[in-house]
Amino acid sequence: MIEAVGLTKRYGRTVAVNELSFTVKPGRVTGFLGPNGAGKSTTMRMILGLDRPTAGDVLVDGRHYRDLPRPLRHIGALLDAKWVHPNRTARAHLRWLAKSNNLPRQRVDEVLELVGLGSVAHRNAGAFSLGMAQRLGIAAALLGDPQILLFDEPVNGLDPEGIHWIRQLMKRLAAEGRTVFVSSHLLSEMAQTADELVVIGRGRLIDQSSTARFVERASGTAVRVRSPQLERLRTALASTSGAGVRAEDGALVVTGLTSDQVGEVAAAQGVVLHELSPQRGSLEEAFIRMTSGAVEYHAEESGEHLHLRGARGAEGTEGTR
Amino acid sequence: MSLLAVERIKLLSTRSPWWCALVALALTTGFAALVSATLSDASGLTVALTQTGSNFGLMVVMVMAALAITTEYRFGTIRSTFQAVPNRSLVLLTKTTVVALLAGVIGELAAFGSWGVAKLVQPASDLGLDSAAEWRQVAGTGLIYALAAVVAVAVGTLVRHSAGAITLVLIWSLLVEKMVMLIPKVGGDIYRWMPFNMAGHFQSSGLSSGGDGTNPAGDMPLGPWASLGYFAAFAAVVMTVALVVTHRRDV
Repeated sequence: MIEAVGLTKRYGRTVAVNELSFTVKPGRVTGFLGPNGAGKSTTMRMILGLDRPTAGDVLVDGRHYRDLPRPLRHIGALLDAKWVHPNRTARAHLRWLAKSNNLPRQRVDEVLELVGLGSVAHRNAGAFSLGMAQRLGIAAALLGDPQILLFDEPVNGLDPEGIHWIRQLMKRLAAEGRTVFVSSHLLSEMAQTADELVVIGRGRLIDQSSTARFVERASGTAVRVRSPQLERLRTALASTSGAGVRAEDGALVVTGLTSDQVGEVAAAQGVVLHELSPQRGSLEEAFIRMTSGAVEYHAEESGEHLHLRGARGAEGTEGTR
Repeated sequence: MSLLAVERIKLLSTRSPWWCALVALALTTGFAALVSATLSDASGLTVALTQTGSNFGLMVVMVMAALAITTEYRFGTIRSTFQAVPNRSLVLLTKTTVVALLAGVIGELAAFGSWGVAKLVQPASDLGLDSAAEWRQVAGTGLIYALAAVVAVAVGTLVRHSAGAITLVLIWSLLVEKMVMLIPKVGGDIYRWMPFNMAGHFQSSGLSSGGDGTNPAGDMPLGPWASLGYFAAFAAVVMTVALVVTHRRDV
């Protein structure tokens, strides 16, 4: 269990993390989703006590990280696979980690076998490919058999086999009742592994909900409809509860209603329809739309800003306009 | 206790400390061999002369000590370390202890090695360690190396970059202290209180023959053991600053 309350981190005048509050519960994979530069890594470093919050607090099992005796037995983390000495062997790297938390020496070989590095344990970590380094980092995270695991962008730069392996591993760890908190900037990746999502942009919480709910809301159920009697249809739709309507090059885009419902409204009004098509944007598009107001660095795209809306907005604040 | 083992594994599972140790030993004993071999008269060889290369070994040991911590910052293993052991002061003090112990061992090996090599090259020479001053000159090397290693680890912790930290400790001990003497009037007085000058005084005071028994700054304000205490206090101060800064900052 990880609890963040009003977590804030400022670097000079830059606010990296802004009053972030969320909880990560055991027994499921919780995705930590946000564009690059949203503050995911900073948040993870604060969880591990590496960075000091400017304000707010984050607790691991009800305690500050620094107060955990032998922390590797509570929480294992892979923040950066490159955090190894290149001239130290994989086994030596894990040996000092194990020693530091009084873990038995045979645990080192156990985790090396577990991640499939048993045969290269004697090799220097600097000679490892990114995939192997990532596995070594995961071995380090699993060393203390912790109940909580943090992974920062674990599939970055991995080949499909590696990605598949990590996904399965995270699911298995969660199925064993552990708390798994994994960050990513890819919604499509999270949609495949995470049961729950904590979504942030520009250091602020955008949403915490189940992945299914977030995906549904993010991709929305927009319906595009064209009609010669556009104004009449628009008025009728706008007065339907829960519907959001906006004009888009000679057509209407209706949110909050299914295409069936839009068709029924049109029939009730006797409006002729030339087009009635459900729109399903890609997950990534939807995610970009939801966080674009909160992206730290993004290319200017003319017109893009006209359709901005926050995650909360998706619930219907667009309403009738 | 297990933390000592952690730092021992970390230090000795990479190559650079081994190389530094070898280079330090080769330099010191090499100089001893050179100096004693080039003397035409065995009676001219003194205990102080056998230790001519001591300062070169000291430089190498300080490089090793600085690297022990700066490489952790460079490769990010300091984060894994603080993640495994959140008590940062404890981590740094343990690391400093291990590095200082190794530096001390290198120092003793270098000093007695140099002395032994000189004796081998000039068997007729009188190199008996007959006075307290001669014992300090030889056996004191380990103490100086160990304390200098503490300074180097502390500076490495503060600077966090290998090149910067090494430059700083070397330039300071080789150049800055002596350059202080160029300051008119007060230069000499300041130099007498410079830490590495004090360390040198601990080893060389009371040795008139051969080596630089007389201090370029004139009479030193403290006796040999008080000088060593002064150097130790200096190391402790720099270390304390490093601990406080590390405790406060993000890694």
